[in-house]
Amino acid sequence: MHTFEFIRPADQAAAIASAAQSKTAQQGADVRFLGGGTTLIDLMKLNVETPARVLDINRLPLDKIEATSDGGVKIGAMVRNSDLANHAKVQKDYLVLSQAILQGASAQIRNMATVGGNLLQRTRCVYFRDTSMACNKREPGSGCPAITGHNRTLAILGASQNCIATNPSDMCVALAALEATVHIQGPKGLRTVAFGDFHLLPGDTPHRETVLEPGDLITHITLPPPIAGSRQLYLKLRDRASYEFALASAAVVLTIASGNITRARIALGGIGTKPWRSPEAEAALTGKAATDDTFRQAAEAALRGAKPQSENKFKIELAKRCLTHALRTVTAS
Amino acid sequence: MENDDPLPGLEQPNRREFLLTAGSTVAAGVIAAYGPAHASTVAAADAAASAVEGAVPITLRINGQDHSLRIDPRTTLLDCLRETVALTGTKKGCDHGQCGACTVHVNGRRVLSCLNFAVMHDGEEITTIEGLGTPEAMHPMQEAFFTHDAYQCGYCTSGQIMSAVALLKEPCGPDDAAVKELMSGNICRCGAYANIVAAIQQVRKRA
Repeated sequence: MHTFEFIRPADQAAAIASAAQSKTAQQGADVRFLGGGTTLIDLMKLNVETPARVLDINRLPLDKIEATSDGGVKIGAMVRNSDLANHAKVQKDYLVLSQAILQGASAQIRNMATVGGNLLQRTRCVYFRDTSMACNKREPGSGCPAITGHNRTLAILGASQNCIATNPSDMCVALAALEATVHIQGPKGLRTVAFGDFHLLPGDTPHRETVLEPGDLITHITLPPPIAGSRQLYLKLRDRASYEFALASAAVVLTIASGNITRARIALGGIGTKPWRSPEAEAALTGKAATDDTFRQAAEAALRGAKPQSENKFKIELAKRCLTHALRTVTAS
Repeated sequence: MENDDPLPGLEQPNRREFLLTAGSTVAAGVIAAYGPAHASTVAAADAAASAVEGAVPITLRINGQDHSLRIDPRTTLLDCLRETVALTGTKKGCDHGQCGACTVHVNGRRVLSCLNFAVMHDGEEITTIEGLGTPEAMHPMQEAFFTHDAYQCGYCTSGQIMSAVALLKEPCGPDDAAVKELMSGNICRCGAYANIVAAIQQVRKRA
């Protein structure tokens, strides 16, 4: 591991001022905020991340879960994944979020990992994690060996000719379906970003994964008021029963009246280069009867633009069945 | 080469001096991050470490005892426990957060000590397997693992037990499936899983 300067900023302003000196907030950042460490320290050991300065923000007071005046909830960036998943209001009103978190990683990692860190979780693509290999995300312009190499777990939606890396987060899939808002404090002040706009598609710049600029600190996320009577489910399919990343997953938030779907929010995980909200599936469900035919049509719509790689054609059908099964399960009770 | 002189105007060491300097720096670094492996000489290791460039002072409360250390910020909590404080009960498996062998408690919660820097925990309370019980007075979970033969090679066992003890205070359903799910972060290559679950369930039922 490279040497670095370890600093514990006294407050948020000091953290932001120090981080603002970084040339980038994306891959290759020379200043990094350190939360739970579950991604950053792993990647520092691999020399994929080589910050010259590490800002330990674990003791900043950003660890609260609070009700908002509109009936929603405000979740501090330093709230640990386990505390969020086990919070009474989250379990009652945002069940899909609790389920998604509890199906990710392990109990130890959930005790460490933060909400802000989970938003910035890096891909598990083996080429990104191995500095002896080319990778456009790690070293722009060096190439993408995954396209002709090991790509079984990689993306079938949102990929480009430069990058096919999957976003590995479960929590973010639920946040996409719940239409969260990301609150960012930067050198120029506060701003909010709709969850769907926070992550970027790889395109020609796969090293840019989010809208964050140097000095930008995610302070919290907010969730809109819960949808009365909504049915929620996170279904995750993977190579082993637990402690494994998704091959395909689905976050479903549905409202049904007299057998008809009146509102649908759908997001998919394990298959996209970012947490994959599917307006196509939502449109195919809204106003329709809650039947197997409708569910299958929604799944077809969600995967219509899918482009498989050499080893992962199976993920198209897997993702369709994942969403269909999630919809069937959530409407059955 | 003259054009590449990084420090114009400063006297450059000759090759032999450079090697000697580098050699002694490396030796000091080794002492700092990896002090003598005897608990009785921890104080000596602390003193030696203070000479190392970039080392920072921290205090960890480990198993109820304060340890004032000077440590390279790159040192993980795992390496600090094993090499600096000489508590080798915590094991290094994958060193990348994929196996759970290094599980310890920080402020009463289980975490992976390989994905933490020791400096992050200045002033915090660490519990390792050594702080749980002794061969003469075992923690009920240690006793249950012993009774149920819940290990084979033993390498993952301290991590398994630290996870299992933490699980007792976490939300967990009553059945074996719930225990298996919450223990999935601790991998056992010998496959002692069935006996591990039985040991944990016995302790939960008696609690």
